[in-house]
Amino acid sequence: MKRIACAFLFVFASTAQAQAQTAAPDPADPFPSTYQRPQSAPLAITGARILTGTGAEIANGTLLVRDGLVEAVGEGLAVPHGYQVIDARGRWVTPGIIDAHSHLGANSAPSTPLSSEANEGVAPNTAEVWVEHSVWPQDPQFRLARAGGVTTLLILPGSANLFGGRSVTLRNVPATTVQEMKFPRAPYGLKVACGENPKRTYGSRGRSPATRMGNVAGFRRGWIEAADYARRVERARTNGGEPPRRDLQLETLAGALNGEILIHNHCYRADEMAVMLDMAREFGFRIRAFHHGTEAYKLAPQLAREGVCVATWASSWGSKMEALDAVEENAPIIHQAGGCAIIHSDDATLGQRLNQEAGIALTAGRNAGINISDGEAIRWITSNPARALGIEHRVGTLEPGRMADVVLWSANPFSVYALAERVWIDGAPVWDRADPAYQRPSDFLLGQPGQEAAR
Amino acid sequence: MIARLLALLALAAAPAAAETVAVTNARLVTMGPDGTIERGTIVLRDGRIAAVGANVAAPADARVIDAGGRIVTPGLIAANTGLGLIAVRSVEAANDRAADMTGISAAFDAGDGLNPDSLLIPVARLGGITRAITTPAYDDSPGREMLFAGQAAAVALGGPMLVRRGVAMVLEMGDAGAERAGGARAAELVALRANLAEVRDYARRRAAYDRGETRDYSLSRADLEALVPVVEGRMPLLVSASRASDIRAILTLAREERLRIVLEGAAEGWRVADELVRANVPVLLTPVDNIPISFETLGATLDNARRLQAAGVLVAFQGNGNHRERELRYNAGNAVAVGLPWEQGLAAITINPARIFGLADRVGSLETGKDADLVIWDGDPLDTLGRPTAIFIRGEPQPMTSRQTLLRDRYMPSGGNQP
Repeated sequence: MKRIACAFLFVFASTAQAQAQTAAPDPADPFPSTYQRPQSAPLAITGARILTGTGAEIANGTLLVRDGLVEAVGEGLAVPHGYQVIDARGRWVTPGIIDAHSHLGANSAPSTPLSSEANEGVAPNTAEVWVEHSVWPQDPQFRLARAGGVTTLLILPGSANLFGGRSVTLRNVPATTVQEMKFPRAPYGLKVACGENPKRTYGSRGRSPATRMGNVAGFRRGWIEAADYARRVERARTNGGEPPRRDLQLETLAGALNGEILIHNHCYRADEMAVMLDMAREFGFRIRAFHHGTEAYKLAPQLAREGVCVATWASSWGSKMEALDAVEENAPIIHQAGGCAIIHSDDATLGQRLNQEAGIALTAGRNAGINISDGEAIRWITSNPARALGIEHRVGTLEPGRMADVVLWSANPFSVYALAERVWIDGAPVWDRADPAYQRPSDFLLGQPGQEAAR
Repeated sequence: MIARLLALLALAAAPAAAETVAVTNARLVTMGPDGTIERGTIVLRDGRIAAVGANVAAPADARVIDAGGRIVTPGLIAANTGLGLIAVRSVEAANDRAADMTGISAAFDAGDGLNPDSLLIPVARLGGITRAITTPAYDDSPGREMLFAGQAAAVALGGPMLVRRGVAMVLEMGDAGAERAGGARAAELVALRANLAEVRDYARRRAAYDRGETRDYSLSRADLEALVPVVEGRMPLLVSASRASDIRAILTLAREERLRIVLEGAAEGWRVADELVRANVPVLLTPVDNIPISFETLGATLDNARRLQAAGVLVAFQGNGNHRERELRYNAGNAVAVGLPWEQGLAAITINPARIFGLADRVGSLETGKDADLVIWDGDPLDTLGRPTAIFIRGEPQPMTSRQTLLRDRYMPSGGNQP
C-alpha cells in the first residue's frame, strides 16, 4: 500500500511539470489547469452499500473503476480479471463529496493578518479579481478536507463586496501550484453578495452601499456597464471595428451575463432572493445557486421552478439578523419542493464533515415528516453541488463514464461515526486512513510540533 | 437588601414539579455508580430523581412514560457558552457577554443580565442541553486591557435560570492574553502575578483599604473582591491556552500561586498530558478543533481528547458556540468516532463538566437525590441520526419546540406528516 501511495505522489508531481512546460498560451484561459489524472490500476469495490448520487441505493453493490472513470455499478457484478479488489462488506460507498462553498487556500491556516485573502474589500465591485490568485496550495486544511471525503471544492471570494470576483473549482489533490489543482474545463463562477455584509463593509466607511437598496443599485450599475461593454465588444466583432480596451472587471461581468460564468449568490433572506431573481430577469442572466440561503424554505417552490440551487447548512444560524430564521430542515424542504438542495460548509471545520451536516438535515427532516431516502439525501453533497458548479456531467454520481471520485465510508455516511476510510479522485487513491503516507503534512507543517499525530 | 434576600430565597426554593413521572422500560445510561442499566425505571418527583434502577416500580401516582427500550441520559451540560447573554452575535444591543468599561474585569458576573427568554435557549435545549456554564467574554475595545473576563455562572435552560454564581473566573492566556498585556506572553505573566499579589494584600488589609491606608492598587475594589476566592483556591481559574509551552507556564504559575486551574482550549494538551495529570488539572476542549489555525495550535489534532482521557485527565467538551451549542453532542460523537470510548464521550458532556464546575452534587448523572434533568433519545445521543424525544429539567417536561420549529411548521408544505 505504501508503494502505491508514493507512486501516486510522484505521478502528480511529474505530470504537472510536464504539462507546465508544454501548455500553449490561450488568451481565453490564461492560467490553464495543469491537473493530470494519475495512472491507476483498475479497481473493484465489492459488497458495499452504494449511494450512487443519482438517488439510487444499492444494498450489496459492486463498483468497477477503470482508466479513472466509473466503468459499472450494480448488484452482483462480476469482477474482471486484473482488478484490485476491495472487500467493502458492511461499509458504504458514495461519490466524492463536493463542497460548493469553500475558502480553503484563500483563508488559509494558520490565520494571520496576511493570510486573509478571500475579500478584496476595498470597493463594492471587484469582479476583476480571481480567487485562484489568492489560493495557497500548501494550506494544511486541504488535507483535512480530503480526510473528510471532499474531492472537489468551489473556492469563492468572500462576501464583503457586491461583486466579489471569480471563483475557481479545484480537485482536492496535493499540489505545488494552484494550476495543478484546477478542475480541467470547469466553468468559472462569479461571487455576488446581497444583504448585510456589503452594506456593513461600505456603509461603515460612509460610502455606498449602506443599505439593501444601495446594494441593488450597485448591482444594477454593474450589470448596465457590463451589458454596454458586451455590446461594444460584439459590435467590434461583427463590424470589424476597434474593440474596447480589455477590462477585467467588465469581462467577468459580461461573462456572467451571457451565462459562461456561473453566478454564485450569497443571500440569506427569502425576500432578497426574490429581488435578485427579478434583477436576473431585468438583465437576462441566470443565478446558478443561492449560497447560505437560510430562508430558502420560505420560497422553496419558486426556487425549484426557477431551477436555482440552494447551498445551505443544517446547524448554522443567528450570527447576524439575516441568519436568524434558519431552520435545520431547510435542505429537506427545498428537496421536497423539487429543488436542488446542497449542504455546503463555508467553514474549514464543517468542511471536514459535510456528510454529518447532511445527516443532521436529513434526520431533522424525517423527524418533521419529510421522508427522504439516504440515496436521495446524498445528492446534497454530491450531484447537486456538481450541478451548481456546472460539472454535473462529469462528476457527482457513480454512473458509468463519470470521473471516478469515490469515498469508502466505515459506516452510514450520515452518521457521526462514519469515517472516510479511503478516497479516490479520478480512480487514483488520495486518502487511506490506515496509511501514514496520505497523512503527509503540507510544506508549512513540515517539522512543526505534532505532525506525527494523526489528524 | 431585602430584595436581594428575596431573590436568593426564590432561587433556593426547589420548584415543585406538577406531577410525578416514571420513565419505564428505559436503557438508563446513568453516568453514575450504577453505570448503564439495560432495562430500568427512573422516577422523577418534586424536581428530583426519587429512584433509579432495574427493579424500581413506578409509583401509583406517577405519569408513566414507556421509553420502549430507548436510551435515557442525564441532561447535557454546555460549558463555556454565552447562552443567556447573547441573542444575535452581530447586534451589540443583543450581546451582554462582554463590556468595554474599564474598571470592571474580574467583577463582571455572568449571572447578572441573564435572559431566560433568549431564542437560543430552546434551540440548545432541543440538542439535549439542560444546563450551561455561561461565561463572560472580552470586549477588546481600544484601551481596554483587562486580564480577566469575569465570573462564570451555572445556569439551567428551564425553570429559574441562575443556579450558581462564580463557578469559575475566566482568563485568556496565550496569544489573546499576551495581546491584552501589550503583545508578549512574558508581560502577561508579570501583570498577572502583580494582580494576584494585590489581591492577597487587599484580602489581608480590607479595613486599611477602606481607611485609605494601603498603597494604590491597579485593580478596582470590585475586581479585587472578585479575585479573593481565586487566590484562596475556592474558585477555579478557567484559563484558555493552547500551546504546550503556554500550558506548562500556567501549571507553574498555578503551583507557585496555589491556584485551582481548569484549562480551556488545550489544542496541544496531548503533548503535556502527563503534566496535566500530575497537576490534577481538568481540561475543557472542543474535540473537532484540529486545524492549525494559529501558531499556538500547530499541534491540534482530533486525537487530543482520546489521548488526554487515556492519560487520566478529566476531560469535558464544549459545543460550537452560542447559536451552535446544540452540536455539543456531535462533538462528543466525533471524538468517539476516532477512538474515545463511548461512555467517556458522554461523560465529557455530562458528569465531567458537572465535576469540573462543582455541580456534581446536583446534576451530571442519574442518581437518586439529584435534580431530575434527563433526556429520552430516539437513537444514539452522540449521533447525527439520533434526536431527543423528551427533555426534563428539574422534573419538568420541556417544550419540544423552538422559534425555529415554529418557523418550519409555518412554511412546511402540506406534504409533511406531522409526527
